[in-house]
Amino acid sequence: MNDEVREDNQSQTGELEISFGSHLGYLDLIQELSEKISLMAGFDEDSRFWIGLSLRESVVNAVQHGNKLDEKKKVGIRFESLSDRLIIYVQDEGEGFEETDVPDALDPENLLKPSGRGIFYVRSFMDEVCYKILPEGGCEMRMEKRLNQEKQGDGNEH
Amino acid sequence: MNIDTRSVNGVTILDIHGKITMGEGSRGIRDKVRETLEGGDKNIILNLGDVSYIDSAGIGELVSSYTTVTNQGGQLKLLHLTDKIEQLLAITKLTTVFDFFDDEATAVGSFS
Repeated sequence: MNDEVREDNQSQTGELEISFGSHLGYLDLIQELSEKISLMAGFDEDSRFWIGLSLRESVVNAVQHGNKLDEKKKVGIRFESLSDRLIIYVQDEGEGFEETDVPDALDPENLLKPSGRGIFYVRSFMDEVCYKILPEGGCEMRMEKRLNQEKQGDGNEH
Repeated sequence: MNIDTRSVNGVTILDIHGKITMGEGSRGIRDKVRETLEGGDKNIILNLGDVSYIDSAGIGELVSSYTTVTNQGGQLKLLHLTDKIEQLLAITKLTTVFDFFDDEATAVGSFS
């Protein structure tokens, strides 16, 4: 990680990028990575949980719906840890989707459906979420969690 | 994930241990619920107190189990929700669908 430790040692900034073939077997590993990076960034336990869950849901979305479980297609994740927030990009090689096409998880007609909540959770637990179709092909989800210094821990808890 | 089955006063309690996630065989709950229904027991409690992690696929599994039991004329209730599971259910309005309890005796008694 290309990192830079702040003088107060409260949080660590930097970038990390990984790429892997579309396989759900990597989910736990990715979540552990998210836990570690969000801890270094200074997020408290609750926020780390929701960041990890949001990343997990977006990777499942990229693997299943973007890359359609084709292991030859890659999923890329980039963590950008800034002094006041963590930004995570999840990229796949799919055709993308219209946000308006994602069914409303709260619609009474959808409440008892077994799937369709993943992206809703990402939107609920991250501060900002957006998508874009990349000019070189593929789709990228960008999600951001802001660090609230008053509420967060010192990044050194276990 | 693994599941222990026990019966208390005619109610089948499925004690679920570990993760209920995509890729962790979350379908195991649905299969165990089906098995319970096929055995003639229609009053089922899912005890989630020892669930270490759940994602949207796991929440979907709870919903799927609920609809399967309800469609067979039975009842499925939840016991010992962790804070995180309760938040995930609440934010998707599923706390309006499920009956859930903090106490096993109360949960078992609620069927009669």
